Amino acid sequence: MRLVVGPFNRVEGDLEVTLEVEAGVVRTAWVNSPMFRGFERILSGKDPLDALVFVPRICGICSVAQSSACAQALAAAIGVEAPENGRLAANLVLAAENLADHLTHFYLFFMPDFAREAYRARPWFDGTTERFRAVTGSAAAEALPARMEFLRLMGFLAGKWPHTLSIQPGGSGRAVQASERIRLIALLRRFRDWLECVLFGATLEEVAALEKAAALDAWCEAHPGSDFARFLEIARDLDLHRLGRATDRFISYGAYPLAQGHLFRAGVWDGGLHGLDPGAISEDISHAWLAGNEPVSHPCSGVTAPDADNAGGYTWCKAPRWNGRVMETGALARQMVHGHPLIRDLVAHDGGNVAGRVVARLLELALVVPEMERWARALRPGEPFCSHGELPREASAAGLVEAARGALGHWLEVSAGRIRNYQIIAPTTWNFSPRDRDGMPGALEQALAGTPVAPGERVPVAVQHVVRSFDPCMVCTVH
Amino acid sequence: MSMNLLWLQSGGCGGCTMSLLCSEARDPLGQFRDAGIDLLWHPALSEPTAAEALELLEGCAAGRTPVDILCIEGAMLRGPHGSGRFHRVSGTGRPMTEWVARLAAQARHTLAIGTCAAYGGIPAAGENPAEACGLQYDGAIRGGLLGASYRSRSGLPVINVAGCPPHPGWVIDTLAALAAGELREEDLDALGRPRLYADQLVHHGCARNEYYEFKASAEKPSDLGCLMENLGCKGTQAHADCNLRPWNGEGSCTRGGYACVSCTEPGFEEPGHPFARTPKIAGIPIGLPTDMPKAWFVALAALSKSATPRRVRENATADHLVVTPAVRRTGLK
Repeated sequence: MRLVVGPFNRVEGDLEVTLEVEAGVVRTAWVNSPMFRGFERILSGKDPLDALVFVPRICGICSVAQSSACAQALAAAIGVEAPENGRLAANLVLAAENLADHLTHFYLFFMPDFAREAYRARPWFDGTTERFRAVTGSAAAEALPARMEFLRLMGFLAGKWPHTLSIQPGGSGRAVQASERIRLIALLRRFRDWLECVLFGATLEEVAALEKAAALDAWCEAHPGSDFARFLEIARDLDLHRLGRATDRFISYGAYPLAQGHLFRAGVWDGGLHGLDPGAISEDISHAWLAGNEPVSHPCSGVTAPDADNAGGYTWCKAPRWNGRVMETGALARQMVHGHPLIRDLVAHDGGNVAGRVVARLLELALVVPEMERWARALRPGEPFCSHGELPREASAAGLVEAARGALGHWLEVSAGRIRNYQIIAPTTWNFSPRDRDGMPGALEQALAGTPVAPGERVPVAVQHVVRSFDPCMVCTVH
Repeated sequence: MSMNLLWLQSGGCGGCTMSLLCSEARDPLGQFRDAGIDLLWHPALSEPTAAEALELLEGCAAGRTPVDILCIEGAMLRGPHGSGRFHRVSGTGRPMTEWVARLAAQARHTLAIGTCAAYGGIPAAGENPAEACGLQYDGAIRGGLLGASYRSRSGLPVINVAGCPPHPGWVIDTLAALAAGELREEDLDALGRPRLYADQLVHHGCARNEYYEFKASAEKPSDLGCLMENLGCKGTQAHADCNLRPWNGEGSCTRGGYACVSCTEPGFEEPGHPFARTPKIAGIPIGLPTDMPKAWFVALAALSKSATPRRVRENATADHLVVTPAVRRTGLK
């Protein structure tokens, strides 16, 4: 039986999944990203600094991450380095976006599926419906104001969110004054309080210190009633750790650059840790509605030319590969590569899966908010926030950052003072990649294989959990 | 009496919705309830997925379910070659442009949320690879997907809540005014924007006003001075109340250290000059403040430059106050 499932809303609707179902299980999946805007073509011929206006508008969800990748590529081209204040301010802005995304994913996009009629018979159904049901649940009415107050950080450091221009190649164009720094620290403290009271029912440090799957189970028993514990109970009841396993190969570009290196290291996990060799990244267009002389190319020589009639195509999305291999990216991958003991232990037991992806996101809230508090305290008003330099007329550079959903790369080539080529690989491009020329399915396509489909289910609920466990960002995917 | 609202996204970035979720006065779901607005479906917020959602959409498009307010976010992607295949609605194989045209024919009110849906916006830049346009405008020219003569069932043209993204308050206030029956055609400006925010200029309330008065200008990112002379700021021309209605509680573009790129205006995506560099002729910015005759601007600028206090001049090119205002011991009169 063939099932076409779409639109996949929460976060957006532009995703269509075709499933071949046999004996109540998904055998094969094809993932289609059905929208093309053509940012890479729009950027061609522009003044390189104009990219700072265009790229955040690739995605209003990962807007700052797009700005950061662009600023990093331009900084490399200029040969400029941000002063410490600028680095901290840029980290604060990116972390605010990433953490707000994790919070929004949990409360608005992922949890509402457990309030579906399909779960009416479960013991946790009534409580989950009251708390998490889409639009009417009590949790959204609490999480949205907390998110709004947290994102006031953007009002201070970025002017507005989404779509700021404060992220500059040389750091931040928005110097923080002394009284503002004090208010920033207060704002972060307030967000910490909310997370500790409502999401975790425990201190952030206690959550961050969990090291083993067994310790997480014990913690859940000891902290009933918090939203995290509610999720863990549901996950255990529904065996979400057995759902949605993909390639178990993970990539992270490294998150939050500090003077001494990234807060979360860059690398690739393939049963063991490898260095990130950006030269090993390629994109394959064999199954996309795209044309090009080369089926596989490194993004610095990549081409994005739409061809709606490409016979082999079933999506606008390219197929990124690392050393020819399919990779998963996101919070789980980031913590796996960095080596957080809890995530390493969870993956050692069950591989990457639906439950682990959600745990990794919430764990990052516990890990990064205390870092943000440290960064805000380390700001030195009165000292520079931005360095300056001239862009050369010829340059080739890359910007590699971690967005909420994982590895985001921009590859820039400047010729005669204009953009000659600009190629973007977004996190969901990795995760929702189509097949490559060897017929190897992408990460979500692999994760969906084996997912149960109940008799008569038109919109299989387990399929929804698997898809949404990646927190898809479709506007980034194709751009 | 309550009104129902259907929200769809096409060739945009989802940022208008993300901005809406930052609503300050109250969370948007609460605000909708207060205004008597029932959410039929919103891609980021609603439960129904796939077949469940398509059934609902089909009911609306076929006229079985009345749509009081149709909000479209994102540009209309007409390509390739007018086919609309650059954006097909998942699960239907049909172009979004076709869905929008069907729904707009039924809707009591049709709103373009954001500059993409209003005028084409960012996706229409450069070679406009996706043949992007707005609902009722193609850039500054009336027409777009629905045509110059389109009226929703209420008799209003498309209401253009332009902005990239729009401030959450612009969207919420417009919806609340509609739900209360208080938005008439005369409440829209000449480009279809609600005057409740478009009768202001971004310049109004700009925190850099003293630098503007004395033409004490910033020269590089992070400088405190006025952004108009060198760094491309169009705040004295762009219609919006960004500096009267703070963004994210505290901010605005000019407060954030960067130029207004006039994102509420049609064609902002192709200014004809690098965004962060002010185009000038003989040292005079081409884009003069709205309603100001050039000769007066030149005369005033020359005068105010010659009268700039040292404090204002020196602070303009620093990233923090290097000279503070004098403290007078004689009392203020």
